[in-house]
Amino acid sequence: MVKCRTILKWAFIGLVLLFIYFPIVFLAVNSFNESDHIQEWTGVSLEHYRYFFSFENEPIHVVLQTLLLAFIVALLSTILGTIGSIGIFYSRRRARTALSAINRIPVINADVVTAISFALLVSFFAIDKSTYIPLVIGQMLLCTPFVVLSIIPKLQQMDNNLYEAALDLGATPKKALFSVIIPQILPGILSGFLLSVTLSLDDYVIAAYTKPDAFQTISTHIYGLDKNNVVGPKIKAAYWAFTAIIFLIIVVSVCVANVVSYKKARKKK
Amino acid sequence: MTKEKPKLHFSRKLLAIPYALFLAVFVIIPLLIVLYYAFTNDEGKFTFEYVRVFFNESGEGLKGFFRSYNFRTIMLSFFISFMSTVVCLLIAYPVAYFIAHSKIKNKSMLLLLFIVPMWVNFVLRINALKELFVYLGTYNKSDAWNIVNTIIGMVYDFLPFMILPIYTTIIKIDKSYLEAAKDLGATPAKAFLKVTLPLSKAGIASGISMVFLPSMTNYVVSNYLTFRNVKIIGKLIDDYFMGDLWHDGSFIALMLLMFMFLVTWLTGGFQEDAQSETRGTSLW
Repeated sequence: MVKCRTILKWAFIGLVLLFIYFPIVFLAVNSFNESDHIQEWTGVSLEHYRYFFSFENEPIHVVLQTLLLAFIVALLSTILGTIGSIGIFYSRRRARTALSAINRIPVINADVVTAISFALLVSFFAIDKSTYIPLVIGQMLLCTPFVVLSIIPKLQQMDNNLYEAALDLGATPKKALFSVIIPQILPGILSGFLLSVTLSLDDYVIAAYTKPDAFQTISTHIYGLDKNNVVGPKIKAAYWAFTAIIFLIIVVSVCVANVVSYKKARKKK
Repeated sequence: MTKEKPKLHFSRKLLAIPYALFLAVFVIIPLLIVLYYAFTNDEGKFTFEYVRVFFNESGEGLKGFFRSYNFRTIMLSFFISFMSTVVCLLIAYPVAYFIAHSKIKNKSMLLLLFIVPMWVNFVLRINALKELFVYLGTYNKSDAWNIVNTIIGMVYDFLPFMILPIYTTIIKIDKSYLEAAKDLGATPAKAFLKVTLPLSKAGIASGISMVFLPSMTNYVVSNYLTFRNVKIIGKLIDDYFMGDLWHDGSFIALMLLMFMFLVTWLTGGFQEDAQSETRGTSLW
């Protein structure tokens, strides 16, 4: 009876994992398909990979510029969010409550509402989209609240006496900030940064409303392929290869991270 | 509190100013602009015109509204959201429960397996799902299939957002409660209903708000998986703005915004720290 239940339990978990992984693995397998059509298998080939990595074609440029954008947005969001969360944390209760509440608006708000309201602001002040400023600020709007949300708990856990001690020992507030507070909340800052990178990479709606016309992110590019079927199936198939690469990178890095933490844990013992 | 302290705190407090300005200019003012557009006409005069147009498009009053295109879109959108949330909950709760109660040592590793796919770009994932539908022949096959595919897409996309908060609440439940229930003669089923389920309510509520709201507005999923044949509220707003009907679009966006606040408030999302554990931080 107990055994039967255990089997059923793991079967259920297995099925859910299958549902989560199957589409990506299916696409990864098809990235080796010679044909551009998912419904026919004409033979194994690396053609889609060659097309993807060739700088004569669009996808690799789109991927690189998306990564660059994500890095810039995440860096700016992390700086703004770190400074902001320290400020919010030490503000008076009223200001703290108000700022935390406003910080939560972009988190719970639908992306499309955030996007259109920001796009209205952009057109209201006639800011030129080709300067990339609306795109960067728009995505920062998406990321910074999460940076703040990941740093505030670290500030709450922090031992406040250390800062006071540093001041008593003659450190300037600025020095105390950089050598006492920042190191203690560093894990929160790092997770905020990584979260910002994924949020920026994942974003479609805000980019669609704020990007310069000629600029494409991975999301807008793929979405556009479906919209106007004029672009060749070659580009579409190149993104199958890209999906496979991304998936491989993620799986490998998760495995490496686990092995490292496992070894660390054993060393401690 | 010594006398010097306020001065010290003053210097750190100032750090809030840049972010406060950022929030004021890019969050508060844009929402005020939406409010402005919802209740003014092209000449900038105050009007309820767009409220009237929305509820009374055909000129038949509210009766006409219930037959209007907007109303049908909203109802379909609610239906898709509701179904996606229910399916997510039915899958996520057992998964979270099994992981939290499993005897294996590395539970977070098992949990990670459910989160890893989220690091693949979201449009790439939806694209993978679409290609699978194409392969299976269900892509854009009929209206019913389109709705089913949209729901599958929403579940596929938002499932981790349901698993995570439920898992974090279940894992925090003190095991001695369950032992006490057992000692007092409760069957496992009863112990679950009387102890685990009530104590994981906060996680369920937070999961529901993380799935229900995005599945009303994430039009990338519905558009991409159905060849733009299923329209949800997010797309309705997008269409109005793409068609330069800013006033109509603003009014719907405003109503959606109020609905979001209502749901978040009802599911306790405004409580201190409520969401910091869900969508973001616990992933890392």
